[in-house]
Amino acid sequence: MNIMMLLEMTSGAFPDRPAFTDGSSGASLTYAQLFEAAKSRAATVRASEAQRLVKLDVSNLGTPISLFTSAWAGVPYVPLNYRLTDEEIEALLQRVTPAYLVTEEKRIPRLGALPDVAPIHTGAFVDDASHADSLEDTWSMDPEEVAVLLFTSGTTGVPKAAVLRHKHLVSYILTSVEFASADDNEAALVCVPPYHIAGIAAILSSVYSGRHVVQLPNFSAEAWIDLARSHEISTAFVVPTMLARIVDALEGETSADMSHLRSLSYGGGKMPLSVIERAMKLFPDTDFSNAYGLTETSSTIAVLGPDEHREAEAASDENIRRRLVSVGQALPGVEIEIRDDEGRVLGPGERGEIYVRGEQVSGEYEGRGSVTDADGWFPTRDAGSMDTEGYLFLEGRADDVIVRGGENLSPGEIEDVLLTHPTVLDAAVVGVPDEQWGEGVAAAVVPRKGAAIDVAELQAYVNEHMRSSRVPQLMEVWDELPYNETGKLLRRVVKAKLAEAVVS
Amino acid sequence: MPELKTGARLKSTVCDGEIMVVTTPGGDIDLTCGGAPMVDAGADADRVDINPDHAVGIVIGKRYINEAESLEVLCVKAGEGSLAVDGNLLLQKDTKKLPKTD
Repeated sequence: MNIMMLLEMTSGAFPDRPAFTDGSSGASLTYAQLFEAAKSRAATVRASEAQRLVKLDVSNLGTPISLFTSAWAGVPYVPLNYRLTDEEIEALLQRVTPAYLVTEEKRIPRLGALPDVAPIHTGAFVDDASHADSLEDTWSMDPEEVAVLLFTSGTTGVPKAAVLRHKHLVSYILTSVEFASADDNEAALVCVPPYHIAGIAAILSSVYSGRHVVQLPNFSAEAWIDLARSHEISTAFVVPTMLARIVDALEGETSADMSHLRSLSYGGGKMPLSVIERAMKLFPDTDFSNAYGLTETSSTIAVLGPDEHREAEAASDENIRRRLVSVGQALPGVEIEIRDDEGRVLGPGERGEIYVRGEQVSGEYEGRGSVTDADGWFPTRDAGSMDTEGYLFLEGRADDVIVRGGENLSPGEIEDVLLTHPTVLDAAVVGVPDEQWGEGVAAAVVPRKGAAIDVAELQAYVNEHMRSSRVPQLMEVWDELPYNETGKLLRRVVKAKLAEAVVS
Repeated sequence: MPELKTGARLKSTVCDGEIMVVTTPGGDIDLTCGGAPMVDAGADADRVDINPDHAVGIVIGKRYINEAESLEVLCVKAGEGSLAVDGNLLLQKDTKKLPKTD
């Protein structure tokens, strides 16, 4: 088993089909060119005696070439976050030496001076002329070989390197993608960062389906819309904050035509109901899917599909309607359970920690081994609940639970109520220090365009819908909430800022 | 009769067909293509005649399973031979169409 085999199959079936296009430069590779590129770079990497191939750059043609070169050469692929500071990058790089480093030219003097780092700038790596030989050996089919090491964004402490083996990634692709299923005019717009699991999954899924990928290295709503139109994009994945910006930009246009966009999937954070409803109105012919997954699970483990979106949107039954904010049901071959703090499996509607099991689930970190239990279950540290039909609802991180006077409160539950108020666009609820209760409930809320939030009235509104212990004792009105580039709410930032307000 | 390992790549001796083992019940398995034993993809092997009763062919990207669903293979190169274990033809596995998510 090897992800190179996925590329080999597509390259054999559609050698002349466009595989990747760099949306910023317009440079392009066919499937046959990508295959040959991996073959020659694999020889270069082997000759360097590096044990890892590190890519430190925005999305470009060097990204898929690096991924497949690594697989062919038999060394793990390590994409690093180019937004980190120089010190952070150096610390991570030194954990993965001896390394063959593909990076921007301006970084080479500094990083190339590190021990056991063989640097090449991305332009030279992509240029065929830099690679004289081709690797005659084929790639290893050992399913246990490590394909990718991904540093997780860990909010505290030292970043962990999640280990994804060829068996995890190949299994994910075989169960979720049908080979060669893309028509020759299909194109995917990929705007997620290359160092994120969604960026890797996007490459592998597109390759196995034979789809053309257009890369957008630095997201802006305007650039996304321009590329989507100029390449007649048929499918795309966005995180919630990106979709919110795209919807905002398109609502200002007289004609928001995007009829070539057949499917739009989203994930990576909680999608506000108002955003998805506005998007469904703007793109009435587009299929929407919501995907939930983690680095440690080789990407998607649950999906809310297009038909379920339409059914939920049209439903009058509140239990079906709320599925629009669920992440759908487990993929085939994936099992999901909700458990309490003692590890007991909970029933429908009960909130607890999400556990997952399946062939694509790694749950392994470098130097620490696997954190799955004896039966293969991986604790996601995400909190959630499932309804009677197995629809999964996310409730934030398990660590985000607010403990107020011994009672466990879920921030997500309170945020859901705040978001139903007509003046509220976005909301974040966190625990803040409280002398009487240990922790108290605090909220940051963002008003809708043209609306004003009356804090006292909003507190009364929550009190009407929930027990009084859940009413935020502190509420601040902000212009926007802090999100990272992949759409995750930076809850610790909200928490720190609101905790300061408590003290003062 | 080689021991089948998960991830192993085998080729047909009657046609261009190649497969990868996705799931195996373990132990020795008599896997044939076009009626002739399959061999390691890297091995040198002479072409032999196809058994006309095992000549429906295999399709690239399709998965094939035995009756018990304990063995699953993926066709990675198409060929004219059909796959069989102990003389029983493997079945093409239906894949559930999933929405595109990435």
